[in-house]
Parts: sequence; C-alpha cells; structure tokens
Amino acid sequence: MGELFNFNVITDNFTYFMIGRFPNGPLGGLGLTIYLAVVSCILSFFCGLVLGLLSLVRNPFISYPVNLFINIVRGLPLLMVIFWMYFLLPALMGRTVPESQTVIMGLTLFTSAYMSQIVRAGIVGIPKGQTEAAISTGLKHWQVMLYIVLPQGLRNMIPSFVNQFVSLIKDTSLAFIVGVSELTQVATQVNNRTMAYPTEIFIFIAILYFFLCYAFTSLSRWLERRLAWRKAI
Amino acid sequence: MLTYQFDWSIVTSGKYFEWLVSGCKVTLQISIVGIVLAFIVGLLIAVMRMSNFRPARWFALAYLEFFRNTPLLVQIFFWYFGSYKILPAAVNDWLNSTNFEFAAAVIALTIYTSAFIAEDIRSGVLSIPKEQMEAARSAGFSFLRSMQYIILPQAVRITVPPLVNQFLNLAKNSSLAMTIGVMELTYQARQVESYTFKGFEAFTAATVVYLALSSIITALVHLYDKRVLNPNRAV
Repeated sequence: MGELFNFNVITDNFTYFMIGRFPNGPLGGLGLTIYLAVVSCILSFFCGLVLGLLSLVRNPFISYPVNLFINIVRGLPLLMVIFWMYFLLPALMGRTVPESQTVIMGLTLFTSAYMSQIVRAGIVGIPKGQTEAAISTGLKHWQVMLYIVLPQGLRNMIPSFVNQFVSLIKDTSLAFIVGVSELTQVATQVNNRTMAYPTEIFIFIAILYFFLCYAFTSLSRWLERRLAWRKAI
Repeated sequence: MLTYQFDWSIVTSGKYFEWLVSGCKVTLQISIVGIVLAFIVGLLIAVMRMSNFRPARWFALAYLEFFRNTPLLVQIFFWYFGSYKILPAAVNDWLNSTNFEFAAAVIALTIYTSAFIAEDIRSGVLSIPKEQMEAARSAGFSFLRSMQYIILPQAVRITVPPLVNQFLNLAKNSSLAMTIGVMELTYQARQVESYTFKGFEAFTAATVVYLALSSIITALVHLYDKRVLNPNRAV
C-alpha cells in the first residue's frame, strides 16, 4: 500500500485544502464550501418561505405563476441554473458579478424552490381544526398563519431543512464549473499541479465532504426522533 | 444588453441544432443505461440492507451513507481521474479501450443513484406488512425466495413513482458529466454558446428539453398514481 498510495500530497497541501490562500488571500477550500453553503442556506430559507406561502395563496393570479416558477426550477439541473445566472446576472445588473456571488444566487434560486415544497408540506400538514379554531377566536387570516400555523409547521420542517442543507453542501461542489476555488476546485488545482495522486486527492475530499454531510444527516435524524417524541406527549 | 439580437434560427436548424440533438441523445443514453444499472445495484443493496447476515447489512449501510453524503461531482472526478489505482489492470484496459468519459460518468451516476434507489426500495418493502414475510417463511420459502416471490413484486409496484423520479434526477444529474468531457446536452449548449455567443438561445433550447422531459415524467407518475395505485379513489 505504501508504494501504491502516497498521502504526502494531502499533508503538504493541508491548509490549502482547508482555507485556500486565507488569510493572505481570498478564502478557499473547505472554508469557502461551508461559507457558500451557509449563506445560500440562509437566503434560500427566506426565499423558500415566501415562495411556499405564496404558492398556497387562494388568489390564482399569485399562486399559479409562483407554482409555475417553482416547477420550472425543479425541472432543471442545478448546473443549468448556475449557467443561467452566470450570463443573465451581468446582463440584468449591468456590471460584472463575482463568480462566488453568481454561485450563491444560483444555489439560492435552486434551493429555495425545494425549500418552498418543504414549507408547503409543513403548512398543509397542520390539521385544519387549528386554522378553524384560530379564525373562530377572531384572528385574521395572516395572524392565523403567523401565530398559529407557522410556529407549529416550521418546527416539523426542521429535519427537512437540515437535509436540504446537506444537499446544499454537496451542491456547492458545482461552483467548480465557474471557477470558484471551493473544495472541489482546490482539489482539481492540486491534482493538476501534482499530476500523480488523483486517487489520494479525490478520496480525501470525498471523506471530508462525507464527514461534514454525515454530521448534519445524523443531526437531522436525531431532531426527527426528538421532535416526534415531544409531539407525542 | 438592449442591443442583443436574438437569432433563434441557430438552435432550430443547421449545425448547432444537430449538436444539441446529439447532446439530447447522449443525455438519454446515459440516463437509460444508468437507471437500469442503478436499479439492479440498488435492489441488491436494499436486499443486503434488510438481510439478517450482519456483514452484508453493514456493507450496505456503509455504501448507502457514504455515497449519499458525498457530492456527485467528486464521485465523477474520482472515477474519471483516480479509479485507475484501485481497479485491476484488466478492468483498466477494458475501460481505456471503450469511451472512458462515458463509462466513468455512467459508473458514478449508477453508484450515486443506486444508493437513493436502495432507500426507496427499502421504504417500499417496509410498507408491506411484515405478516407477509412471516407467512412466506412459514410456508417454507427462504429469506431470499420470500423476497423474490412475495415481498419485492408488491414493493416494486409501490416503488415505481419514486423510481421514475430517480430516473428524472439521474437525467438532470447527468449534466455533471460535461465536466469530464461527455458531450451531453448541457455540454453541447455550452459549446453552441462559445462558438456563436448566442448563449441565451442555446441555454433556452437546453432548458426547454429538460423541462419537457421532467413534465412528461411528472405527468406519467401522476397518471400511474391515479390509475394503478389508487384506481378507486373518489378524487
């Protein structure tokens, strides 16, 4: 094994894999992967919440276009969404957009469509009696949503949100395609520079991604059990 | 931006149209070969996951967790750039003699998708009452034969909609194969864009194809749901 594999390439470039050229240059590697995932997750949570609520509005002039938009985004590969962002954003904003912002916008647009489905399912899953009881106490429709349905619904959605975050971490690897130096990009750079160790490099970053994602997958399962148990009493 | 001249003719006829059509063909090829292989591997992993033989169960669990929690792109790069060190020489020779980009993409997509399919099959099997298995075993079937004749035929029927959705995911995920030079639909759209600077037209064409595929598949799942799984439901 010692002759076949040579993991020195990992130890030699370890900081580069972790944080790129930071603090002497821009953040890269695993640090940038996490940054992209966290920022896109926060943005797509709010976008997804708005889209999910709008898709349930009774007025078809609102809900129909929103649902159409959600279904279009869900029908496309993420790569396609990133390419669209890549050359639509500069045209729309009239200036060049940094690649990392392009990717964040692409990931946000893509993920918020999926988040909206989680929100939708969470809201629909609250028994109708709750809404009826709230309305009969004199609350307005938006108050019912804000004070009664959403607080319960959001709690049930937490495990699904965490799962979506895991997908996001995996999806940040697509930032590679527009040249953002996150973990996958850094790995291919090191691979191109050293040439001889692709197996070691890609196994190493696969394991990094795995630990990161598995931690959150486990968290999601734990939350699911815990929240379900609390609901039972 | 306002001076952009649309020229739809480049994506509806001529050389660039042919590029896009050949891209569609490759996307469909990868997806169909991939889904068949992924179904077979997924079924195998699902059965191992549910067997009483511990090493098989642990292997299946490790397989599921690892491949579901790693980005597909990294898996594609691993098979394309790094697999030669762990594969036997004969396999490497065979792979190099074929279209290796295509093979690497299919291997990566098959393994990635099979992990999701295995879980779909498993939840299908878990939805079959366990008395079915007990009855089969008491009638003298072995575990594998009970699976084969009693449980799986029922479970697969329930699993058809998620499986079809996995096919759709696979078709969408196959766009990542462009990163290793497989000339599928997204790759060709990118090519047309870089040859003509007509990115809007090229990506619209690819988008329409992907949307058509997903609409057709979603409609079919809906139909199957209504006609086969719940034929007697009132609404």
